[in-house]
Amino acid sequence: MEGWGRYPHHESEAIDCRLPEALAGTVAACVGLIGRGNGRSYGDAAIGEYSTLMCRGLSRIRSFDPTNATLTVEGGVMLSDILRSFVPRGYFPPVVPGTKFVTVGGMIASDVHGKNHHRDGGFGDHVSELKLVVAGGEILTCSRTRNPELFFATVGGMGMTGIIAEATFRLRPIESGWIAQKTIVTKNLGEALKALQQTEDATYSVAWIDCLLQGASLGRSLIFAGEHASLDEVGGMPEADRFAAKNEGRFSLPFDLPQWVLNKTSVAAFNELYFRAGARKAAKTSLVHWDKYFFPLDGILEWNRLYGRRGFLQHQCVVPAEDALAVLSGILERFARSGKGSFLAVLKKLGRGSGLLSFPAPGYTLALDLPVTQEVFRLLDEIDEQVVKAGGRLYLAKDARQSRHTFEAGYPRLAAFKELRKITGADRHFNSRLAKRLGI
Amino acid sequence: MTGICKTLLLIGGTSDIGRATALIYAEAGWNLLLTGRKLSAVQREADDISARTGANVLVHELDILATSHFEDFVGVVSPLPDTVVCVVGELGEQSRAERQLEHAAMIMRTNFEGPALLLGLLAERFAARGSGSIVGISSVAGDRGRASNYVYGAAKAGLTAYLSGLRSRLSGSGVRVLTVKPGFVRTRMTHGMKLPPLLTAEPREVAQKIFTVAEGGRGGDVVYVRRIWRPLMTAIRLIPEPIFKRLRL
Repeated sequence: MEGWGRYPHHESEAIDCRLPEALAGTVAACVGLIGRGNGRSYGDAAIGEYSTLMCRGLSRIRSFDPTNATLTVEGGVMLSDILRSFVPRGYFPPVVPGTKFVTVGGMIASDVHGKNHHRDGGFGDHVSELKLVVAGGEILTCSRTRNPELFFATVGGMGMTGIIAEATFRLRPIESGWIAQKTIVTKNLGEALKALQQTEDATYSVAWIDCLLQGASLGRSLIFAGEHASLDEVGGMPEADRFAAKNEGRFSLPFDLPQWVLNKTSVAAFNELYFRAGARKAAKTSLVHWDKYFFPLDGILEWNRLYGRRGFLQHQCVVPAEDALAVLSGILERFARSGKGSFLAVLKKLGRGSGLLSFPAPGYTLALDLPVTQEVFRLLDEIDEQVVKAGGRLYLAKDARQSRHTFEAGYPRLAAFKELRKITGADRHFNSRLAKRLGI
Repeated sequence: MTGICKTLLLIGGTSDIGRATALIYAEAGWNLLLTGRKLSAVQREADDISARTGANVLVHELDILATSHFEDFVGVVSPLPDTVVCVVGELGEQSRAERQLEHAAMIMRTNFEGPALLLGLLAERFAARGSGSIVGISSVAGDRGRASNYVYGAAKAGLTAYLSGLRSRLSGSGVRVLTVKPGFVRTRMTHGMKLPPLLTAEPREVAQKIFTVAEGGRGGDVVYVRRIWRPLMTAIRLIPEPIFKRLRL
């Protein structure tokens, strides 16, 4: 079994669960168990120490109340299903990550953040209630007022408190399925951070960095600010097009690319083209389909095969705003010098996280992906040190390799989390490979 | 969504094909009545479909083996649905069916007796009204008895013949009778089996085909979900028995 990055690979018994009634019994009968949704966490978070509970079959929407746009779903419901059913009816999820092929249970366990984290917080901030199957099989209802400790440990808790059977959250009303996008071009990292600061009033904002450039152009970026387009903005459109659907997954990569395909030249060429295409749109507002704005990579199904059979590592850190320029410049410079190409370098501003182990913290987050090679491990260890020295941390949903030391230094509320695991018996029951590796 | 307000009766609402079919009809604006052996399980599907689509979905507990309840059930179904789709099926285990009469009987009754009796009853009411579509899900396994699954195959063959006769009798009455043969489908029934991708459909593909043929009026009376099955099964039917028995398919 492996995560989306295809590294690392571990043996774990897959246990299928299709009926909610069967959850309690199945959970009670296992140890070393972790829940798994659609397997989109990159590393070893959704690989059980001994057994892995496959939750995709728990995929039914329980209820939708249009008076307050409240949705209750089983944990295995996919975000793509919610979008498919509710965008045409004028609703959008409160927070979406960079792929729609994730389950609601996974979104809560990772407390995923979106391009609106600076304004709206993480997905967990919008969950009003959840049903959690805890060690021994008991099903507990958790919210900010009922079992609040368990609630805040489960949000961002990477499945280590139990199995998320059901969750309730509100959708946001939208007037169209289009995003009014403004593109800002910046020459370097300093400008990019400033621009992200300035676009803070926008609902959505994110920067794409050309991460191969060095010197004065280090951190050259395109910043995409977005709003849900209002009825006025899509006024000329026929009604059917206002919520037009897109075909899910246009191509699928049918085989693993050999590792030499992604080299400095090919990535640099891609980045240059991407940058120029984006820069042409600068200064004017354009309408972009929600699917393309939020999930550009979902257009290529199985894009993880880009990196070949050895897989890839995603590195995502957050650092406080004060030191962000120095630390992030250091990281980008290190990568640029090493020549380890990355298609994806994404920068965005984050606000406060709500769960005990939630990743977001006020500051800036940088995400990069890198093919698995021996040098990359050394390089990342070095970078992790810089991150925690600056008071930052790494995202557990993407982690496959950080050390206990950097993890413990980055998550100050870890002791409270461990304590809660002990009290509820979760520490003996729910254990992923990630939990074992980091000693949680 | 259009305001047509037609009603689909779906027999076997908790199966993968049943769920996909119900969703397709609900998305097209139909009202639904789902039946299943266990009420809580059908209710879960009904809630899901109604939340996703806003459709009206009612549920009814009905066991396909409890044939003595059929008349009561058909009596209370009101208004009479415009279309009925029966997706009930049970693959069973061939080797167990060879030794245990009870298991063999369960396979035969679930795949043939129950669906035939129930669809037959509904057909009478449809005929009296002079309209409606009846869709029975049969199987390519009914096209020829094979060593590896002839108990299931024989029951499906029975259903195919029944639907064929019913269609013949009702032709010109305004009632349509369709036989759908899905071929391999990626469902719970086939979970863990090695399936050839070219011949294997997704539940949604089967559902879409049912909807297009039953409501769009296109396609024949006997429908293979993937077209490749028709020449394939024709070829298999044409193999002479002395050779076929040695192939051990």
